[in-house]
Amino acid sequence: MSIARRNVRTGERVIVNALFACAVLSVAVTVGIVAVLLVDAVEFFRESSLVDFLTGTVWAPGQGGGEGGQYGVLPLINGTLMIGLGSIVVGLPLGVLTAIYLSEYAKPRVRGVLKPTLEILAGIPTVIVGYFALQFITPSLLRPIFGDDRVFVFNAAAGSIAVGLMILPIIASISEDAMRSVPASLREAAYGLGSTKRQVSLRVVVPAALSGIAASVILAFSRAVGETMAVTIAAGNSPKMTFDYFTSIQTLTASIAQTVSGEAAAGTVRYNALFALGLTLFVITLAMNLISARIVRRFRQVYS
Amino acid sequence: MTASSSVGVLVPSRLRRGATRSGLKILIDGAFSVLLFVGTIVGVIALATLIWTIFDDGWARLVADPVAFMTSYVSRLPARAGIKAALAGSAYLMVLTALFCFPVGVGAAIYLEEFAPRNRVTNFVEANIANLAGVPSVVYGLLGLGIFARFLRMGPSLVAGALTLAVMSLPVIIVAARESIRAVPDGIRLGAFALGATRWQTVRRQVLPAAMPGTLTGTILALSRAIGETAPLLVIGLPIVIFSLPNDLRDPVSALPLLIFDWTSRPQAAFAAAAAAASIVLLALLLAMNAVAIFLRNRYTIRW
Repeated sequence: MSIARRNVRTGERVIVNALFACAVLSVAVTVGIVAVLLVDAVEFFRESSLVDFLTGTVWAPGQGGGEGGQYGVLPLINGTLMIGLGSIVVGLPLGVLTAIYLSEYAKPRVRGVLKPTLEILAGIPTVIVGYFALQFITPSLLRPIFGDDRVFVFNAAAGSIAVGLMILPIIASISEDAMRSVPASLREAAYGLGSTKRQVSLRVVVPAALSGIAASVILAFSRAVGETMAVTIAAGNSPKMTFDYFTSIQTLTASIAQTVSGEAAAGTVRYNALFALGLTLFVITLAMNLISARIVRRFRQVYS
Repeated sequence: MTASSSVGVLVPSRLRRGATRSGLKILIDGAFSVLLFVGTIVGVIALATLIWTIFDDGWARLVADPVAFMTSYVSRLPARAGIKAALAGSAYLMVLTALFCFPVGVGAAIYLEEFAPRNRVTNFVEANIANLAGVPSVVYGLLGLGIFARFLRMGPSLVAGALTLAVMSLPVIIVAARESIRAVPDGIRLGAFALGATRWQTVRRQVLPAAMPGTLTGTILALSRAIGETAPLLVIGLPIVIFSLPNDLRDPVSALPLLIFDWTSRPQAAFAAAAAAASIVLLALLLAMNAVAIFLRNRYTIRW
């Protein structure tokens, strides 16, 4: 220790301080996000009450500056939850089946092909997935099955399927990690008692990896809630209190994107409303990420 | 007599029951493995369908006159519209984003892996970086809008866009750089210390060069995600209709995903074809970046 301390020259200390500054910059980013969201959101809540925002069932920003509009966030929360749930309904079964297959069944060569394929799926820009939802999922998948008059051009189902495909790789890869971290001794014990591969997978591996699967689902839900472009393009822009998946809805994120592309002038109610929506989104996703991280930490500890 | 007859009755029935049960078991096991494979292959089919849709819609438009498509500005006439400003804008954004976030990301990673004391500040910084990685991209857009575009008066410019993307990519780069720094064995560090090197000399001449391939791979992958992002650029207000290339950091630029979003949102089928053609260009760009990343990883990564 004393030798090391003598070796630290002043130049070295400057460098270490610079590196420390780089690390602390990430904290500054968080502070920046919270500050930006809070400052303008507080401005918004000065003109439009917090209670109206949280309990209002109509989201209808006024034209131009947005004065006289109705700012109830519930229709947007409703749309966001529809996409979140719908995408989980699509992504969870596919993701878990993929994870079991990759972790327990696939030969190394098949695995070596499938894993990069899933990474490609995860890497497709969201705007292109949105194009796919609008130009293929709705006209060539949903409408032939459920009927043209039943399925609107912009609909929550197409958005949910698109987002479901985006979160599939997240669920698959985190669940697979959890399954692979289940000790081989548990599997061998089950085989020793005469279990088949299916029984080992479903009665030993999946239950043992359940907390990891749960964490992946919460994280995926958080991603789905934060997804912007696919839902803006495919799920439409009409904030509604509905649970009809074949009609057009609007999510929190789509509402932000729509307001900005409509160019709300700075300082107006409509502009400030953006940040109130951003704050809502930030709080929801942060809470889910924290829950997910806590669960992951717990399941890592179990077998180590 | 009775004993042998009872055995004669019991044994075949046990065998028979065992036989039917294992027959059923084999059937269920077979069905389960088919289900797993089908569940896994759905994701692959979805990816293939997406790519096929994009090529089916856009290939003809792209190859009709690829040079004109790449070197024309946008137009109200879909047949004459091109991606020049968007493609150039994306390239400028990518280079500038890399310049901003690579040094800071690597600096933060070096600090956290090599210098950070195990204390509360370090834990806080680490938790903070993990949370930043889960913040939705549209919220980074609001950060860029509030701080870079408005507070720092950069407007919807090249530098504001690049800073926003850099801040968004930072956590990803830090995680990748930390992983590759951690993969350098301690023997290397101890050897350098034994020869009288200081901590910084050890990091600068031994650890960093060894960790560089992994870090570069992670950075390129982070950049390829940033370049496919639409929402943050949309939120800070980068233009889509623009007829010049930037000469200055404060000049406005467009970006490929923004243009794809705009063309996808238009009702005319000819614009959809143009959007698909632009998507092919974007996918090709991402594929090239990923190929470089994989090449770097395979060619230069040191196996200890």
